[in-house]
This record gives sequence, C-alpha cells and structure tokens, in this order.
Amino acid sequence: MLRRSIPETGVTRRALMIGAAGLSFAFVERGFGLADAISPASAASPTTFNPWVAIAPDGLISIMSPAAEMGQGSKTSLPLILAEELDADWKDVRIVAAPPNEEIYGNPGFLGMMYTAGSATVAGYYTPMRQFGAQVRRVILDNAARKWGVAVSELRTEPSVVVHDKTGRRLSYGEIASFAVLPPTAPQINPDELKRPGQFRLIGNDVTRFELPTKVDGSARYAIDIQVPGMLYGALLTPVFPDSRAKTIDDAAARAVHGVVGIYNLPNGVGVGVVAETPWAAFTAKDALRVSWTPSPKAGAFDSEASMDRYAAISRGEISQQATLWDKAGDGTDGLETATETLTGEYRCDYAYHAQMEPLNAVASVSEDGNSVEIWCGTQSQAMAVRVAASTLGIDRSKVKFNEVLLGGGFGRRGPQDQDFLVGALLLSREVKRPIKVLWTREDDIRNGRFRPMSAHRIEAGFGKGGELTTWHHRVTTDNVSIFQDPGRYYGPFKQRDMLSLLGTELPTYSIPNRLSEHFAVDSGVRLASLRGIGFTANKFATESFVDESARKRGIDPLEFRLSLTRNAPRARAVLEAVAEMSNWRQRRPGSGYGLAYIDYSGTQIAGVAEIVMDRTSGEIRLKNFWVAIDPGVAVQPDNIVAQTEGSVVYGMGMALSEQITIKDGEIQQSNFYDYTVMRMRDLPNIEVRIVRSDGRPTGVGQMATPLVAPAIGNAVAELAGVRLRHTPMLPSRVLAALNGGARQ
Amino acid sequence: MIVHFTVNGSRAEADAPPETPLLWVLREHLKLPGTRFGCGAGLCGACMVHIDGDRAFSCQTQLSGIEGRAVTTIEGLSKDSTHPVQKAWLKEQVPQCGYCQSGQIMSAAALLKHSPHPTRDEIVDYMSAHICRCGTYPRILRAIERASREG
Repeated sequence: MLRRSIPETGVTRRALMIGAAGLSFAFVERGFGLADAISPASAASPTTFNPWVAIAPDGLISIMSPAAEMGQGSKTSLPLILAEELDADWKDVRIVAAPPNEEIYGNPGFLGMMYTAGSATVAGYYTPMRQFGAQVRRVILDNAARKWGVAVSELRTEPSVVVHDKTGRRLSYGEIASFAVLPPTAPQINPDELKRPGQFRLIGNDVTRFELPTKVDGSARYAIDIQVPGMLYGALLTPVFPDSRAKTIDDAAARAVHGVVGIYNLPNGVGVGVVAETPWAAFTAKDALRVSWTPSPKAGAFDSEASMDRYAAISRGEISQQATLWDKAGDGTDGLETATETLTGEYRCDYAYHAQMEPLNAVASVSEDGNSVEIWCGTQSQAMAVRVAASTLGIDRSKVKFNEVLLGGGFGRRGPQDQDFLVGALLLSREVKRPIKVLWTREDDIRNGRFRPMSAHRIEAGFGKGGELTTWHHRVTTDNVSIFQDPGRYYGPFKQRDMLSLLGTELPTYSIPNRLSEHFAVDSGVRLASLRGIGFTANKFATESFVDESARKRGIDPLEFRLSLTRNAPRARAVLEAVAEMSNWRQRRPGSGYGLAYIDYSGTQIAGVAEIVMDRTSGEIRLKNFWVAIDPGVAVQPDNIVAQTEGSVVYGMGMALSEQITIKDGEIQQSNFYDYTVMRMRDLPNIEVRIVRSDGRPTGVGQMATPLVAPAIGNAVAELAGVRLRHTPMLPSRVLAALNGGARQ
Repeated sequence: MIVHFTVNGSRAEADAPPETPLLWVLREHLKLPGTRFGCGAGLCGACMVHIDGDRAFSCQTQLSGIEGRAVTTIEGLSKDSTHPVQKAWLKEQVPQCGYCQSGQIMSAAALLKHSPHPTRDEIVDYMSAHICRCGTYPRILRAIERASREG
C-alpha cells in the first residue's frame, strides 16, 4: 500500500484503485504532475494488480496515461477514452504520467512496449482503455446498488454520478469511493456492454489537451528546462559515423576556457565530453577541441550522391544482389511475362533529418556510489530510457528513477533502442559525481542525426488485355533502418525484415492480383532512424507517382484510375471521392497543376490533392492549396486530427520540396537551418482537412498525411508541365533539369 | 562581467563572460526557461524575447549589449495568459509540441504592438522568422488574426 502525504495539508486521501486484472486500495494525492506521477507500487505484484484509475473521496479521478507527449495529444486522448466508459466528468479527471512499467502500461497494439510511435497509441490502447473504464464503472454501480439495496439494473450514471431514478437518489463517484468495497477480481466486461458511438459524451468532442495552457505561458517543462541543485553542463563532440573513434584529442584550448570542469573521452563512440559550469562554457570548450577520428570501417569516405547511383543500379538489377522478400500477393511477378504491356518507373529519395525543435539533451544524476540514478529526458519510450540507464551504468532497473517531461518534438528521433541522447549524461554524471545536463547544439543534433535513409526504387507494372493492372513489382534499395534503430525488434518480432523501410510498399486496397515488393538492403554505416511516416514517405512517393504515371500514360484520369483500383475498398473510395469534391477535381482550374495521392496507412484511409504553380525560370514549386480527406476510424478528438493532419502536411512539404541531407567525403554537408531548410509560414498553402466519418476502431492519425505530399506535388507537376519528377526533395535545380528534358514523361 | 538590466519589470544582474548569449543567461542564470534554445543562430525564433519593446533573438544578443535595457520574456508577457495573443493561442489551440511557441507568441505580440491590424502578407512576412516543426502555421496565422480582431 502506498501512502504519501500532501505537502500543503499534510492529509492523505483514501482512494479506490482499480485495474484490469485486480483491484486494490491506494492513497493518492492532489497536484501530481508529469514529473511527479503516483507510483503504482503496492503490496500486490504487477501480475495481479493493474492500476489505471484512482478515485478520491472528494471526487478527483486520477487516470494513468502511458503515452509520451510530443504534441500529438495522445497523453490526453488515452485517459479520455477511459473516462468515456467510466462515465467520468472530464472536469474531475487528472492525468497522471504512468510510470515506466511495460508489464502494466505497455501498448498491446505495439508489441506490449511503452513506446509512443507509429501513430499507434490511440489505436493500440483504445479497446483496453475502454474496458478498464467500464470495469471501474461497474464496481461503482455495484457499490451504489449495495448501499441503497436496489438492483444494479435500476441504476444509471451521469458524468461522475450514479443515479437511481425511482427514488431520485444520487451518489457521486467520490462519495462511493469513500465506502467502496472491491471485488476480489475485476469484473468481466463484454464488448456489447461498452457504449455505442451514439452514446459517447467525450469521444468525438474536443477537449483542451492537459498541457496546452503551459505551452502558452512558458511554464511547459521539457528536459532542457530541468535544473537540479549542483548541476553542471555537458557538451559532446561526436564522430560522424557511429563506428569512428577519437584518435587524437588536443584539448589544451578547451581546458583553458573559463568554467571548464573536465574533458572525458567516452567509450563506444559516444564522443569526447566536456563538463563545465555553464552551457556557454561547455559549448565554447567543445568548439575549441581538436579531435581527429579513426575512419569509419563501414562508411569510410561515404558519398551519398555516388552511392545513390549505385543504389539505383541495384534496384534496376544491373548490380546483382540478394533480395529480402517483403510482401507478396498472387503470383508475385509471374504476370509480367504474360502482360500485354509493361511500364517501369524509377524514383529516388534523399536522406532526411527530423529537426525536432528541441535539440536533444538529457539530465542525469548518478548517485555518489554509482549504484542509482535519476534521469530526465524527452523520450518516446520511458521503458527504453530506464533500460538504457540501467545497462549503461550496470545497475538494476529498480535503481533508475525516471522523470517524465514533455518532448519538444519527436518525429521518431527519440525512440531508438539505444536512447543515444541519454548516454552522454549518464557517463559524464558518473565521472564527475554531480548532476549533469548534456546539451546538443543544433549542429550536434544534425551531426548526430539519425536520418530517414536514402533510397532508390524501381517499379515495374504489367497490364492485361483490357488495360487492367495485373502485376506490380517494387524493388527498394535502401539501408536497413530497423537493424540500426531497434535490433531487439528486428531480430525478434520483425523476423529480420526491415519493417521501418519497407512498410508502404504493400498496396492492400488496390485490386492488383499479383504483387511483389522486395528489399535490397545496403549497409552504408550512416546513422538511421524512423522518421515521421517511416518507409511510407519514400515508398509512397514511388508508388503513388507511378500509379499516376501509369494512368496518364494510358490516358486515364488519375482519380478514375484509383477509383477503379479501389473498387473493392469502399472506405478508400470514400476518401478519394471526398478529396475530389473538396478540390473540385473534376472541374480543375487551368493554369494550376493538380496532383492526387492516396494511402492506406495501417488502415487509416487518406487522400490528398495538391494544387501548385511553378516558376519555370527558377524551378520553384509553390503550393496554393492542399486538400486532405482522412478516415482514421472513430475520431476521438476531431480538432486534434485536423491539427495533426495540417502539421503532417507541412512536414511532408519539407521532405518533398527542400529537406535534404547529403554526405560527401565522409562528412555531413548540412549543419543548421540555413542549409537544412524546413517549411516556414511563407511556404504555407491553404490546407483543408475533412474527416470522413466511420465507426471502426481508431487506426492512427499523427503521420498519415506526411507521405501524401511528395507524390501529390510530383503528380501536379506532371499535369502542369508534362514532366515527371523522380527525386525528392524536388529542388528547383531538379525541376529545371526535368523541364530541360532530363525526365520527360 | 556583471551586467544590470530588467527582466519582466524586475531588476536583474548577471555575471558571465560578455559574449554569453542573453538566451543562456535567462534560462540558466535567471531560471526563466520559457525562452527556448532551438538553433543558436537566429534562424528559428524559439529564443525570441522583447528588448525595450522590440523583438530580439536572445541567442544573438550578447550579455554585454543589454546593460540598462528592459527585457521581456514569455513569463512576463502577462500575469495569467491574458495577453490577447495568448488568449487567441488558446482559442485556436495552436501548440502541438509547444517548444517554439514562446518565441512565436513573443513575435506575434511585438507585431501587433507595432501594427495592430496587419495584413495577412505582413503577418506571414514577420512570422517567417520562426520555425514550427510541428507545422502549426495555419493556427498561428488564425490566432494572430483573431488577436488583432478581438484585441
């Protein structure tokens, strides 16, 4: 049993805690925040005790949320889903950061991991959160019925209140919590006992995200904002490639910087660490370091442009290489030999960088004896951070105190299995026996970037006698992201197939009888990560450009072609028809180019139309409009779906038009926002988002529009200028090369 | 060097090398972390503050240059989020990750102070000093127009 005092009053509160597998009593307090979650630790073991809800006698309803909050909103949406079935008044609810315990709080839709990624949080937790809420409500009803001596069937709930209509009696949830007796096992809730969508009070109605007001008055706290007594500051000079090591270190000038405490050559390519009294001293000293690095055994003097040509040759079959099968339907590629006509298309995508606005950082405070640690870091996986802290320091996970903070953007960068942004703080804090905040500059963040990999694609399509698409063969040459980002999942549940690079090559809603997609894996030695939209961003640029190319070459309208391909997928057709209506597709304005793209992303149906104009002298593409129709299943927070989709479009625009990491002679060529150019307000088109309603389970929102944008723009250019852009980003120089005859359709 | 100035109406002093950016003085010395570090190069606007009423990149402002000047940060824009820009930000539900928003709000407040009814082009031009990686630009635009309208 957990007992904690409330600092302000010195009073403890009796409360009801309830979970899926078992029930118990606990004491909760008011005023806990993200960094001060109530711990579920109690006399009961995690296998029998699964706490999500606590109700205090004064009516305060505390609900655990296992999501990390990086602006996507699911830290609010998950408790809201539970509160819906609990029939709680949202005003009574306090959101509590769930501690990093995957056995209790792991996402059943994400391999049981506590990992906020893949737009999978609401999708994965939706059903269990509803059941947990319904269980608590059942126990509350049973207790009210017992108290009043009436049948449970005579009771109903209003938000946070049980009502007995026959006698007009009412008891609040808090009142019931004060006398509630809990059953030895959690009640069973059958699916048909959950609310029907028409009965929802919270789902489908927008609430303000819990942390949003703190982002308007400056009080939001990210890891970079943490200060603890006695804290020093760290900076790291790191090798460009993870398998380089410091060969020589000249730190004389760095040590001479006022305020420098120490300089440490950290193991395993973590880099050379500077510890100083202030951030500015740490940065100044880091810049004064002179370090030479051993060449990367794998990457050597990697050159991305030359490598891209090699990747394209592999995809084309000119360089022979073993493929890994990703997805196959029907007879695979057998149909190509019997096809009446075949078409081929090639596409390329450059490296892209996350550019989350908060440069990576972490605070660690290792105890003097080195046997325990307290950490603060913005991570997409609280549990991974704890594991990495424990393994780095060689201590038990129970000796790691994790403090949850807000994330200044994630986009996939904060989810690697090795939690690289945390390691430097752990090692330096252990060295100096003081709390340390390790700060990466923007330049460090790019130099240490883990990129969406470069890729080369070749698609061959076969058509039958009637012009129908019968065969589809997609060959992708790219690095293996999964093996770098998450070897645990790669060698485990992924079965050594690179889901993070290849997802999006399947075309489940297109009626194409024979399909094959294959991965030609290369090992560049470059740091990699999933990035908003993962493999979809490159693969959909290839597939949706090529679908469009196929339609245009055959003289078929790209919308009608896709409607024909989705003839067996009514939800797909619905978003296509919706976006056609929004963009007035069938009566398009002359003078602009219109381009369409459609994606089935983990079940979310999404279609977009770009309207563009071009400057044929400069090669600049400008978006005037971008229309999106999205069907993500039940719309838990509709305005947030719109916001996420708007942002996802803006992110996709950057990857489509300007964002590019290049590597030459083993050096990353970009270093800050002057040469890694992301979208600003001046680039913004009019963006319109329509949610196409459906009652299916939620299937995800956060990144679904990002991969739409590049193919929609490329297809618009094809319509406007008659040239096909085959390489993202679609830089002005590439547009001009295409206009000058480099890439005629 | 020791520099005296005011922050959010209160007297402040900082003892740091003269080239230290105001950003780090605010965040780490004066414990006002609402002003954010994004690029350190005046390219993203996350560090935007007001100095003597005009917007300024605090990452590009050296400590030596603020002797006797008045600095306002997001923490001092209003006592209780009642500045018209903050009210509009809440109404339009602008922030996502929120990290850039202090700077965006400080710029928007400076814009409306100098130009209470800006055209859309003026807003876009002024606010393009900022980066929001979450892509909240449509809502920032709407919020500034709302703040201009509602005051």
